[in-house]
Amino acid sequence: MGIVKKLTAKSWSAENSASDDQHLSAISPHSSKIGLRLFLAIVTSLFFLVVAAYKMRMDLADWVPMPEPDLLWYNTVILIASSLAMEWARRAARRGQAQTVKLGMMIGGLLAITFLVGQLVAWQEMANLGFYASSNPANSFFYMITGIHGLHILGGVIAWTRSMARIGRGDDEDKIKLGVDLCATYWHFLLLVWLVMFALMIST
Amino acid sequence: MDYVAPAEVEDLELHDPDTFITKYVWSQDHKVIAVQYSIIAIAVGLVALVLSGLMRLQLGFPGMFEFINPATYLQFVTMHGMIMVIYLLTALFLGGFGNYLIPLMCGARDMVFPYMNMLSVWVYLLSVIILMASFFVPGGPTGAGWTLYPPQAILQGTPGSDWGIILMLVSLVVFIVAFTMGGLNYVTTVLQARTRGMTLMRMPLSVWGIFIATILGLLAFPALFVSGIMMLLDRVIGTSFFMPVIISLGQQLDYGGGSPILFQHLFWFFGHPEVYIVALPAFGIVSDLLSVHARRHIFGYRMMVWAIVIIGGLSFVVWAHHMYVSGMNPWFGFFFATTTLIIAVPTALKVYNWTLTLWKANINFTLPMLFAIGFIVTFVNGGITGLFLGNVVVDVPLSDTMFVVAHFHMVMGVAPLLVIFGAIYHWYPLVTGRMLHEGMGKFHFWVTFLGTYAIYFPMHYLGFVGVPRRYYDYEGIEFIPQSARDLNSAITIAALIVGVVQLLFIYNMIWSYFKGKKSGPNPWKAASLEWQTPQTPPVHGNWGPNLPLVYRWAYDYAVPGAKDDFCPQNQPRSADAGSSAMVAGSAPSAEDN
Amino acid sequence: MAVVIVLVLLVVGSVIFTFVSPYWFTPIASNWGTIDDILILTFILTGIVFVLVVLFMAWAIHKYRYDKNRRSAYEPENNKLEWWLTILTSIAVIAMLAPGLVVWNDFITVPEDAHEVDVLGQQWHWAFRYPGEDGVLGTSGVQHITFANPLGVNPDDPNGQDDILIATSQVMHLPMDRPVKILLRSKDVLHDFYVPQFRAKMDMIPGQVSYFWLTPIREGTFEILCAELCGVGHYQMRGKVVVEDEASYQTWLTTQPTFAETMSSGGVDAGVSLFDRGRLLAEGQGCLSCHSLDGSAGVGPTWQNIFGRSETMADGSVIVVDEAYLRESIINPNAKVVEGFDPFMPPYDLTDEELEAIIAFMRGEGE
Ligand code: HEM
Ligand SMILES: [Cu+2]
Ligand SMILES: [Cu+2]
Repeated sequence: MGIVKKLTAKSWSAENSASDDQHLSAISPHSSKIGLRLFLAIVTSLFFLVVAAYKMRMDLADWVPMPEPDLLWYNTVILIASSLAMEWARRAARRGQAQTVKLGMMIGGLLAITFLVGQLVAWQEMANLGFYASSNPANSFFYMITGIHGLHILGGVIAWTRSMARIGRGDDEDKIKLGVDLCATYWHFLLLVWLVMFALMIST
Repeated sequence: MDYVAPAEVEDLELHDPDTFITKYVWSQDHKVIAVQYSIIAIAVGLVALVLSGLMRLQLGFPGMFEFINPATYLQFVTMHGMIMVIYLLTALFLGGFGNYLIPLMCGARDMVFPYMNMLSVWVYLLSVIILMASFFVPGGPTGAGWTLYPPQAILQGTPGSDWGIILMLVSLVVFIVAFTMGGLNYVTTVLQARTRGMTLMRMPLSVWGIFIATILGLLAFPALFVSGIMMLLDRVIGTSFFMPVIISLGQQLDYGGGSPILFQHLFWFFGHPEVYIVALPAFGIVSDLLSVHARRHIFGYRMMVWAIVIIGGLSFVVWAHHMYVSGMNPWFGFFFATTTLIIAVPTALKVYNWTLTLWKANINFTLPMLFAIGFIVTFVNGGITGLFLGNVVVDVPLSDTMFVVAHFHMVMGVAPLLVIFGAIYHWYPLVTGRMLHEGMGKFHFWVTFLGTYAIYFPMHYLGFVGVPRRYYDYEGIEFIPQSARDLNSAITIAALIVGVVQLLFIYNMIWSYFKGKKSGPNPWKAASLEWQTPQTPPVHGNWGPNLPLVYRWAYDYAVPGAKDDFCPQNQPRSADAGSSAMVAGSAPSAEDN
Repeated sequence: MAVVIVLVLLVVGSVIFTFVSPYWFTPIASNWGTIDDILILTFILTGIVFVLVVLFMAWAIHKYRYDKNRRSAYEPENNKLEWWLTILTSIAVIAMLAPGLVVWNDFITVPEDAHEVDVLGQQWHWAFRYPGEDGVLGTSGVQHITFANPLGVNPDDPNGQDDILIATSQVMHLPMDRPVKILLRSKDVLHDFYVPQFRAKMDMIPGQVSYFWLTPIREGTFEILCAELCGVGHYQMRGKVVVEDEASYQTWLTTQPTFAETMSSGGVDAGVSLFDRGRLLAEGQGCLSCHSLDGSAGVGPTWQNIFGRSETMADGSVIVVDEAYLRESIINPNAKVVEGFDPFMPPYDLTDEELEAIIAFMRGEGE
């Protein structure tokens, strides 16, 4: 049933009881997936607002573009690779190849951690060049955006350790599959966010 | 055979408690979490109530209370406002009522992520503790006003600009984390865990209100989160997101280039939906109170649902009506005045439908009904003054006067509180198995309803006179006549009486817990699902071995042809003509597979 | 039927209160009577709705109170009724909004012939600037603010040299019947220029110039209040605006110093006694927002008879106020805090000369 039809149903009438139990479609996705999607919507709202603030702040007189350490490009490549590894693991999980799953997850997670370290080094580089958070607004945003994004990655890494523990314990296959799936979705999403943020920062 | 969850819906892994600690402290049962949320919220709410009494003392009898000076006054204003809006109302409606009602009303065993739900309440407690800590740090809590506008909020010259503001911002960020964990649960539970037969349009309006309000919260709180982080950075490491070149108290500061207006946009992008985060659950709950106690279906159910959804959507495009005189681009005024007044239409329809529910009904003057009636009067009063403030040009003389204070107290202070009271009188028997004391309740109602009206109705007129808000003292202002000062004293007396009577309510809740009349199951003869649990109060897991099956909407009162005055949602239509007493356990007919 | 009676009384009482209570707008002194008109229109329309809704409800709960022999009517919805209500409400909303937007358009469209006045807000004090003979205000900015140039007029801008400054009196004048564009600036936090009799108000924002316009239509002296929370002294940030006929206005204007004059004589404070210099400083730095001169209570201890008085400190010790103590209390205020006050005052970084002036002022007040 389409959403419009659902929301216009005259639910008091007897005719309506025919469709009583159809609110659950036959293959309703797992609640965790719905929960994750919802969370991604919230994070989207968060970064959307950051972008809006960035744009408004940019229009003010004291804006100067920030330097772009090359390292950020390498970090971006690492994050892409991490996402690809996750995707590889997810596909393997669908095919039931436990070894590949383990390998893919391992690579994906470690690359994400590498990315985090890389971002910290980028902070260090910026600071060494004398660009502190308070030096100019573009820098302030740089530190804030990378910080918030990094914290989200960190949250992902924590979830990833739990999934890894599951894999290590050789837990129930469905649970592993679900965990891998959630991780991959989250990784792709954060990659996308990073690409948008990175594009925003280097283009201005 | 009663309904067992279909294979595609994973059954919840209920965490069965065995010790006192896991049962009442680290509990994952949504009902216990709801009570925990409510107790914490009411406790901080009392702090805010005391603060309001202190402010009123100063306003009504200026200079008589030595310990209230301009700085402490502003700290009281700020903490009062923030606690009431966020830590009391938001937490109580969503964390308290949302947690309790959603699974029961949807026919679920619990929230879908019980562990996260438990974390939510403890993180909320943490945010409250951080907030309260600001009373004890050097300089005291922040006095920046609940809107926390920079640059003022983080500069010398505002009380609490050293520690108070930092703790406030940190506490808000922590609160948002708590809210997000809870909110993911409420929304996902409504989407995923409704029992068979509980279609969207069969959900009680309480669930609709809480559901949409939670979505609003999840999307709007990020704005407060971002602006809070940015202000913290401005304050702590000296960035200039919101800070232009400033000479504060004779000294040039290290800031430059930022925009205070940017903060206001972010703040109100959160702040306006926040009004509806409080209002929509109240709308929903009051609809159910009216319906049950008037023994009639809610009038125009579909319109009520659509109105909630439309109001929720529109609430994201009206934020700058709080900024008409903020110095933003004045052309925005046209857009935001129009959107704001458009919201008035679905809101007015809700009011009409509430009164039309009472029309041709069979009204019991129970306590919840009295509070619901009180709500309608208060809300209509506060709603129409919103049209003054929304119509951009009329806002110009009124903004930042006592008119605004009167308006928002009516519409998002008193009105939702009346609903909360009504709801507590209504659901207390379900939570505890006992009724609240009726006599005390009546007294509580009359004093609260008439008292708050006496506080806030005349206050609008102080706004017409031009009395500004957030003023410690009006001494020496010539255009404010003595009569207005006398009115302020009268308002203070009313406020103190109202404040004290709330203690009676607290006493009633404690007294009735031990001594109240036993309610038995379903004392109000309500049709919605939460009253149809096998045990009252419901036990862990809510529903016994099988989940209930739902055959109808939540408002089948006085159905033509039915034997009883009400038909519970889990009563098959085929049973309407017969006795309903045995329905709960009877086998459904083939029609209902 | 207590509820019914109470509801009816509430409606009747509210209406009576509106008509007989003395609380209403101050008599208007600007052209914005149109705002009052829209407000009254809104009042009438919404008032009618309020009365009707509450009375209808009172009637309904009286008529349909519980009767065990009766059942409610079962009519889940009535599309026709709901449509009518929607349409009527929409019409009422449009009736308020449309004229409101017209007036708003007037409000934000400044007439070509409006003259300009510049208002600068600071914690917790007002200052004003008028264009001089050339009719043009010089550019200005917070970065130009010094003690001698409290309004931050750009010293290099030729247009600004003849600007007329009202730096300390907190009183501005406006001519009758001439539209004026009020430019609003702030040097520290948000403030809001609010004269109830003008009906108009607007925030003042550091780093930006906001404005509104009006035409004064009534002679008199009116109070300027700050309507945006700006810190502890918010409630004491008050000024005056004098509306007078054109001739008196011009006479007043010509007696005020221009920017060039104040600068060439070494700033607004040149040539005045140490005592007066101290007074200017105390006003300009916002001291007087917290310290009264008349003995009344404030955020900080009063300055009346301060010199030589003995004060009990928060730690219980007693100190006789002398020059050294005053100096310390200004430079490092929280080292010793008088009992009963919060450690609230910000440290001031003043030159020796300025300290001397302020102390002379504080001493003088005691005599
Ligand atoms: C007996 C109940 C209450 C009394 C007597 C009361 C009284 C007051 C007073 C005197 C002020 C300060 C006004 C000023 O100085 O301009 C105030 C501000 C405020 N109140 Fe209440 N209040 C009550 C309940 C509530 C409730 C339930 C809410 C929840 C929405 C609330 C929200 C606020 C807010 C948001 C402010 C503004 C704070 C600010 O200006 O920063 N109040 N209240
Ligand atoms: Cu709003
Ligand atoms: Cu102010």
